Amino acid sequence: MSWMAWTLPTALFFAGIAVLLVGMTLVELRWPCVERKGFLPITTTRGDRLFIGLLGSAYLHLLVIGVTDWSVWIASLLSLLWLCAVMRWG
Amino acid sequence: MKVQNNKAWWLVLPVFLLVAFSAIVPMMTVVNYSVQDIFDPSTRYFVGVDWYRQVLQDPRLHDSLLRQFIFSACVLLIQIPLGIAIALCMPTRGRWASLCLILMAIPLLIPWNVVGTIWQIFGRADIGLMGWALNALGISYNYASNTTDAWVTVLIMDVWHWTSLVALLCYSGLRAIPDVYYQAARIDRASNWAVFRHIQLPKLKSVLLIAVMLRFMDSFMIYTEPFVLTGGGPGNATTFLSQTLTQMAIGQFDLGPAAAFSLVYFLIILLVSWLFYTAMTHDDKNR
Repeated sequence: MSWMAWTLPTALFFAGIAVLLVGMTLVELRWPCVERKGFLPITTTRGDRLFIGLLGSAYLHLLVIGVTDWSVWIASLLSLLWLCAVMRWG
Repeated sequence: MKVQNNKAWWLVLPVFLLVAFSAIVPMMTVVNYSVQDIFDPSTRYFVGVDWYRQVLQDPRLHDSLLRQFIFSACVLLIQIPLGIAIALCMPTRGRWASLCLILMAIPLLIPWNVVGTIWQIFGRADIGLMGWALNALGISYNYASNTTDAWVTVLIMDVWHWTSLVALLCYSGLRAIPDVYYQAARIDRASNWAVFRHIQLPKLKSVLLIAVMLRFMDSFMIYTEPFVLTGGGPGNATTFLSQTLTQMAIGQFDLGPAAAFSLVYFLIILLVSWLFYTAMTHDDKNR
């Protein structure tokens, strides 16, 4: 796997994504989700909300990195809040 | 609620493995490259988000991105109405319908580099029919030195190559409209415009969404045709995102910044594709 040029932060990032996907699968098997409408303008499933949360987080990181001099950890913190908000109220 | 049997998901496994091998693993590698100053896997050091900061603040990439959006917008604004118009004019049955379908399909079968070469020669002022004819008519035309001429030629080339895809999609959508709608329109003495506005256009909505999505994505990643036709010039006037990315990755061998740029590019495509997908699926639900 050395040809993939792994680093610890990227390995942790992908491990986090994998844990999220496995966790979502288990939650779905235990409590099958029903579409609902929250503050997002469309009806969404749990998987939709995760996707929207992750995509929004990626753009939030790009915004913070590209426009501000803030630390990337601030972007990560804001993204975590965004992800939680979308999953709970989206 | 009764839990459904999920064993059928195992049937997805072969496709998942194929996608993992051809897309997910390479993309993970790109993510790894994007956070390192890297020449090869044995010569590298971690730089965090520095390449992303550099790429996002690079005016050359801003210009490429702007050009790319303008190009895609022009492509959609020309090809979608033109494709609809051509589909409406095509014969509905008989040998002429078959001939039209074959003629419309021909440009789609020509490889990108051949299309670029055809138009490169066609537009030349010395030996090309179009370039020579325009100059003979007193219209100064030279796509190699004039920015407007280069843009017009690249756009016309793309219109020539891909409008037939939109036309064929619309044609299939129009043929799928049941005749009872037209009978009702005839009873109401509806004009051609009214038939188009209230029957054909609403019925084409799903097909048009697919056409817009396909043409946006394809025009947004255009590389070969403008590269062969103008080489990105004059200056950088027709250098679009893919060409900038290729120059960065292969020309300059800046693998780290190119990887970061690839991921930004990917996120733009992902967002737009998701918006189209959402529009399509919600349209289906609302019907």
